[in-house]
Amino acid sequence: MSTNVLLPDQTTARVPKQNYITKENGLMSWLLTGDHKRIAILYLISLTFFFFIGGALAALIRLELLTPQSDLMASDTYNKVFTMHGIVMIFFFLVPSVPATLGNFLIPIMVGARDLAFPKINLLSWYLYMAGGLLALYAMITGGVDTGWTFTTPLSTHYVNTNVVTTGLAAFIAGFSSIFTGLNFIVTIHRMRAPGMTWFKLPLFCWANYAAAVLMVLGTPVVAIAIVLVALERTIGIGVFDPTKGGDPLLFQHLFWFYSHPAVYIMILPGMGVVSEVISTFARKRVFGYSAVAFSSVAIAVFGFFVWAHHMFIMGISNYAALVFSLLTMLVAVPSAIKIFNWTFTLYKGSITFETPMLYAFGFMGLFTIGGLTGVFLGVSGTDIHLTETYFIVAHFHFVMVGGMLMAFLSGIHFWWPKMTGRMYPEKLSQLAAVVTFIGFNFTFFPQFLLGMLGMPRRYASYPPEFQVLNVFSTAGASILGVGYLLPVLYLIWSLKYGQVAGDNPWQATGLEWQIQSPPLTENFTEIPVVTQDVYDYEWLERQKEHEVTHVG
Amino acid sequence: MDSHATAHSEAHEHPAHLRHHFMDAAQQKESATFGMWLFLLTEIMFFGGLFTAYLVYRNWYYPAFVAGSHTLDIKLGMFNTLLLITSSFTMAMGVWCSETRRKSGLVWSLIATIILGIGFLGIKTIEYKEKFELHHVPGTSFSAASFVNPPLDAQGKPKDTPLAPDMAIHTEVYFSLYFAMTGMHAVHMILGIGILFALLYKSAKGQYTTGHNTTIELFGLYWHFVDIVWIFLFPLLYLISRH
Amino acid sequence: MSETHATHEAHEEHIVSPKVYALIFLALLVGTAITVGASYIDMGPWNPVIALAIAVTKATLVVLYFMHVKYSSKLMKLTVLSGVFTFLILVGMSLSDYISRAWGQW
Repeated sequence: MSTNVLLPDQTTARVPKQNYITKENGLMSWLLTGDHKRIAILYLISLTFFFFIGGALAALIRLELLTPQSDLMASDTYNKVFTMHGIVMIFFFLVPSVPATLGNFLIPIMVGARDLAFPKINLLSWYLYMAGGLLALYAMITGGVDTGWTFTTPLSTHYVNTNVVTTGLAAFIAGFSSIFTGLNFIVTIHRMRAPGMTWFKLPLFCWANYAAAVLMVLGTPVVAIAIVLVALERTIGIGVFDPTKGGDPLLFQHLFWFYSHPAVYIMILPGMGVVSEVISTFARKRVFGYSAVAFSSVAIAVFGFFVWAHHMFIMGISNYAALVFSLLTMLVAVPSAIKIFNWTFTLYKGSITFETPMLYAFGFMGLFTIGGLTGVFLGVSGTDIHLTETYFIVAHFHFVMVGGMLMAFLSGIHFWWPKMTGRMYPEKLSQLAAVVTFIGFNFTFFPQFLLGMLGMPRRYASYPPEFQVLNVFSTAGASILGVGYLLPVLYLIWSLKYGQVAGDNPWQATGLEWQIQSPPLTENFTEIPVVTQDVYDYEWLERQKEHEVTHVG
Repeated sequence: MDSHATAHSEAHEHPAHLRHHFMDAAQQKESATFGMWLFLLTEIMFFGGLFTAYLVYRNWYYPAFVAGSHTLDIKLGMFNTLLLITSSFTMAMGVWCSETRRKSGLVWSLIATIILGIGFLGIKTIEYKEKFELHHVPGTSFSAASFVNPPLDAQGKPKDTPLAPDMAIHTEVYFSLYFAMTGMHAVHMILGIGILFALLYKSAKGQYTTGHNTTIELFGLYWHFVDIVWIFLFPLLYLISRH
Repeated sequence: MSETHATHEAHEEHIVSPKVYALIFLALLVGTAITVGASYIDMGPWNPVIALAIAVTKATLVVLYFMHVKYSSKLMKLTVLSGVFTFLILVGMSLSDYISRAWGQW
């Protein structure tokens, strides 16, 4: 087959009149909805908004770093800019990105249920996200925070006069949003699978989100208490992190990173789930080693809890602790590598086509591999001492988070866009955007590895002049990257009215979501399915097509 | 609301309280219980951070922790423990009453739980007030003087071993954790008592003795968890080296 | 785990009797008394160990009987254990740093 995409005849095809969007009209029907699909759309809109705020802050950073002097803004202001960039991007974009949009939309459908277990808590989750996000914006506008997103003590408790408590409260509230999303996913996947839908027939997207959900529930409360203690220290003056009163600033870091390391797996696992789905579909092949990939998601979640102090090698932990955490960090790389190997073997002898979601998935595989391998250099405590707090770290986490996670997010948005909206996006333009993004990304962040190796520290507005060339490269790349991110917003919105009608299954993919209409009915299924086919069963799909069952929309 | 519910359940056959995305009431109840337990896991981890802090500093500043612990009234602490354990018992009885459709039993169990809970908070207030008067509240009013020079008893002997000044200042860390841990616990109790009032009102109207008592069971789980936190706080804070 | 909805465990119908509750209540009261009494006896380093052991026992009784976990599904039991496990990781691995800080330079 030359192309994967199978659209209905555009002269006669219409988007089904009855669907979850047309079910009810009016703003209140959206703001008070219990429908997981509508909540997913609410999240998508607000996430995009916060992403561009974070992106604007990134632009300011890169503009400042064009020149070695701190000439665009004072150092204090620069501290606020990179702090807010981190806080917005991590708490208000990356952590909720795939789970709150694609996870919310798809998980009930993928397990064969009519909704998540707790629809009202799902809606509450979005309101908490909005409250936290708006509070963070308020904190930003009324003076900002300049401690870095890591709120390191005793800087954050004793040495700055900025909106630490307000921003901490915003993150605290957003944390509850995350906990409730995770809670909902866990109960839904355990308890609401359709008849015949066993654990090992679940799409790998479900496994990945399940693992991330466990991390959300178990990890988030620890950073919550860390924030509460910082707030108490700033307001009342309790001495838990204050060295002058005998407190240990490192205790904050233990509590903070106990969450924030699993948080990076919360951020990446759902993206890996997307990549499993996309690679299988556009290689037209079952994911190689399904069980290994499923268990590796769980393994990443479990091992992810054992390694947090690798963020603290130079902070004053004992040598013995550094040794133990460094060894454990080597362990946690293994399940991630398993996934990369298995995706590669999925591609081997597959019928590969290069639709936009697949381009982003390829980008993910390459860039996440580089980012992940550089993580190994950082996990070895000896090399970490040289590389930490330099631009090497900045490059490492942007490779995994932006080259990895953000690409996976875009891959998933494009892959399921037809399902969510009933419309196709313009393919050539979207492929162009994907390529532009890839090029822009590499120009932006690869030089930063070199800068880090050469010794440029992170979080500095000024730097020695010999680093300027690489910084200019990086900023130039960032401007290309910005274009790459802006294009999808524009053409996706355009496609809502002018995109081709997608039909039920434009990608000829397997999975329950592709057996129902696009966009789905509010109740997802006219009848709860009884699942007999295997997951990623392309032969079953061929037999279905031969019977040509038509769906009533 | 009730007539709508009855009309609704006559329109298609399922209990009024069953939500449409569940297959049956059993699945709904199991899911709710599971969800509540997951929420309690977050509470375990939330308090876990405080316990970690406690264990670190108890290890580092043991004499200061001993001295700080000795300023707490064991009798009040033990009495509070008994109040809370009894309230767990009355709450468990409340759940049983709702399961066996004993409306007045449920109402009285909830009332007893509320009274015991308020009693606990009352005693906590007395304890906090005393701490404030003795300048043991961390912050600007904190003073470690009474640990360097302990007050004398009737025979003129110091009531407790004096601490060296550089250890005495660490009593502020002990009291920081005392207030953070018991304070956080008290916040959870206050929220619980608030919810209890709402449950009491609805129970009196018979809402939880018709066979659908999931709300009472779920709240019971929350209340028992708050009790468990105190079961650990009491020995860790009040009973350090009392011999 | 390929259960369908027809195979829900019958345990949900199990109603714990007031007699059990009263017994556990008594056990908790006794446990409290023992904790306080033990704290007045000098057992050296064992005092905190005993105190924690009694507290863990009391908590276990509350979880199993008051919170019905003894009569709940394997999933509930696993859920509780996973929470306890993660808590122990937090406490244990953090403490491993603090305890080993004084172990000399290398």
